[in-house]
Amino acid sequence: MAITATKLTLDELKEKARTIRRHIIRMTTEAGNGHPSSSLSAVEVVAALFFGGFLRYDSAYPADPDRDRFILSKGHAVPVLYAALAEAGYFPVEDLLTLRQLGSPLEGHPNMRRLPGIEASTGSLGQGLSIGLGQALGSRLDGRDCRVFVMIGDGEMGEGQVWEAFAAAHKYKVGNLTAVIDQNGYQQTGATRDVLDLTPFAEKIAAFGWHVQEIDGNDMETVLSGLQTATQVTDRPTAIVSKTQKGCGIIPVLEEEGDLNFHGKPLPPEAAKKALELLS
Amino acid sequence: MQIGEASGLKLGPATRDAFGETLRELGDKNPNLVVVDGDVGNSTRTELFAKAFPERAFNVGIAESNMIGVAGGLAASGKTPVVASFACFLFCNAYDQIRMSIAFPRMNVKLVGSHAGISIGEDGPSQMGIEDVALACSLPGLSVLVPADAVSTRRATETMLAHDGPTYLRLGRPKVPVVYTDGCDFEIGRAIQLRDGNDVTIIVNGMMVAAALDAALILSGEGISARVVDMHTVKPIDEQVIVNAARETGGIVVAEEHLAAGGLGMTVAGVVTRTVPVPMGYVNLGDRYAESGDSAGLLSKYGLTAGAIADAVRGIGQR
Repeated sequence: MAITATKLTLDELKEKARTIRRHIIRMTTEAGNGHPSSSLSAVEVVAALFFGGFLRYDSAYPADPDRDRFILSKGHAVPVLYAALAEAGYFPVEDLLTLRQLGSPLEGHPNMRRLPGIEASTGSLGQGLSIGLGQALGSRLDGRDCRVFVMIGDGEMGEGQVWEAFAAAHKYKVGNLTAVIDQNGYQQTGATRDVLDLTPFAEKIAAFGWHVQEIDGNDMETVLSGLQTATQVTDRPTAIVSKTQKGCGIIPVLEEEGDLNFHGKPLPPEAAKKALELLS
Repeated sequence: MQIGEASGLKLGPATRDAFGETLRELGDKNPNLVVVDGDVGNSTRTELFAKAFPERAFNVGIAESNMIGVAGGLAASGKTPVVASFACFLFCNAYDQIRMSIAFPRMNVKLVGSHAGISIGEDGPSQMGIEDVALACSLPGLSVLVPADAVSTRRATETMLAHDGPTYLRLGRPKVPVVYTDGCDFEIGRAIQLRDGNDVTIIVNGMMVAAALDAALILSGEGISARVVDMHTVKPIDEQVIVNAARETGGIVVAEEHLAAGGLGMTVAGVVTRTVPVPMGYVNLGDRYAESGDSAGLLSKYGLTAGAIADAVRGIGQR
């Protein structure tokens, strides 16, 4: 049987995004650490990929060579990926609450050898696009119609290796590779524009010969049409500069906490309660 | 005198040449084989494969980090990637990529580092891979192979490609003597005894194997009977051969074309100290960078010779 993608309606997708956000809050607060705000910015794109008709996968046969791939190069945002994988049936939703615990395959950063559905072990920034390029080339050599999506953080764009991969993907006209830059505007110590401003991303990536779009990455309809356009381009690699909000969905709570970046820390239980109410 | 000459060994091809030719031949039999190059294919000799199978060869330019990631991704798609560069650029430039994109996820990638050691000569220290074995051995699950000559390199290349798991193959630039004139039974993790002896064991790999055979001849003239072991696999190390050598010969000298830190010497010492402690001696580059110069002159100046090995053996005897 040919591998297929799950395609929910727009309303269902919006509800799925809310569910994923609730998982992110619960699992990181339960773990007592992790990167909820970095995960929240990426929710619409991840939800659209897994449930909006783009990624073809079979959670009962994760190694299917004909599957599409999603690589989370910004590995610290892995709660969003775990939540999507659980919703997609790779493992029970209850397991999400084992995040970062000893013995759990839901490690602090993605480990492909411990959890089916994880396509690359990431966490050392800058490497996912190269791995995705290799997977796209490998699938193409085998004559398989697979697409590889790689999500990169905007702070991560400071890694030179990302630009090496942009150049090489152009050279090999890898038409089955899509990079999504989750431009949430913050990195560990502050605003990305203050730490190392590499904008404008779109112009720079386009100069590398890629097809580029800029979208509002927290608006589900825009995300769907952006991904639709990207998957129709097959003669060269495609990039989506996805402008997002770090902590999207719970901004009022982060404002109350006095930290809109809120990098690498979980919501305290009381704040988590408020966040879950916001997302109900 | 040329290394190996005293032992009657004839100069053969460089190990990188034997690798390149073998890879080219295996390309016919193994359609999954792919090559990733950082624009040094004419030096590492992967160009032979690239010319024969252009659709399976990717020159990603002077970009080692991306080169390693692409190889990891190709492996994840079921390919068997061979990624080759100079030993120093491979491990010093792309160490974290090898860690995260290959070793940690246990990708079946074959790392090949040519131009290892100081015997590359005139190009000088920036091009010399002298820390690569230490860096490679520091990565869990990576096998580390250092063949001595063209014959064993051919077998090492075949064995590496048949082996399932990340592997590092260390190669040299200059022509080296043929040690295995009658063929080589190469198995990962199984050392090869080239000469028996009772008084001391010289454990060695790479181009220093020929020097060790010369040293054994010199020592034999002094009434010292030296065993010579080609420890072509640094990891996983052949512990039994080391234990036997310690028990049966009572002293071990380790020679290698590498820094002292983290190389074959320290690896062997780790086994000896926890099994059968015996006096040991070391012949290596110590803790220093070399310089430009001709290959033989450099090996002589930096003490990587048969004479230096014989001296180390005598040093043990005086303790």
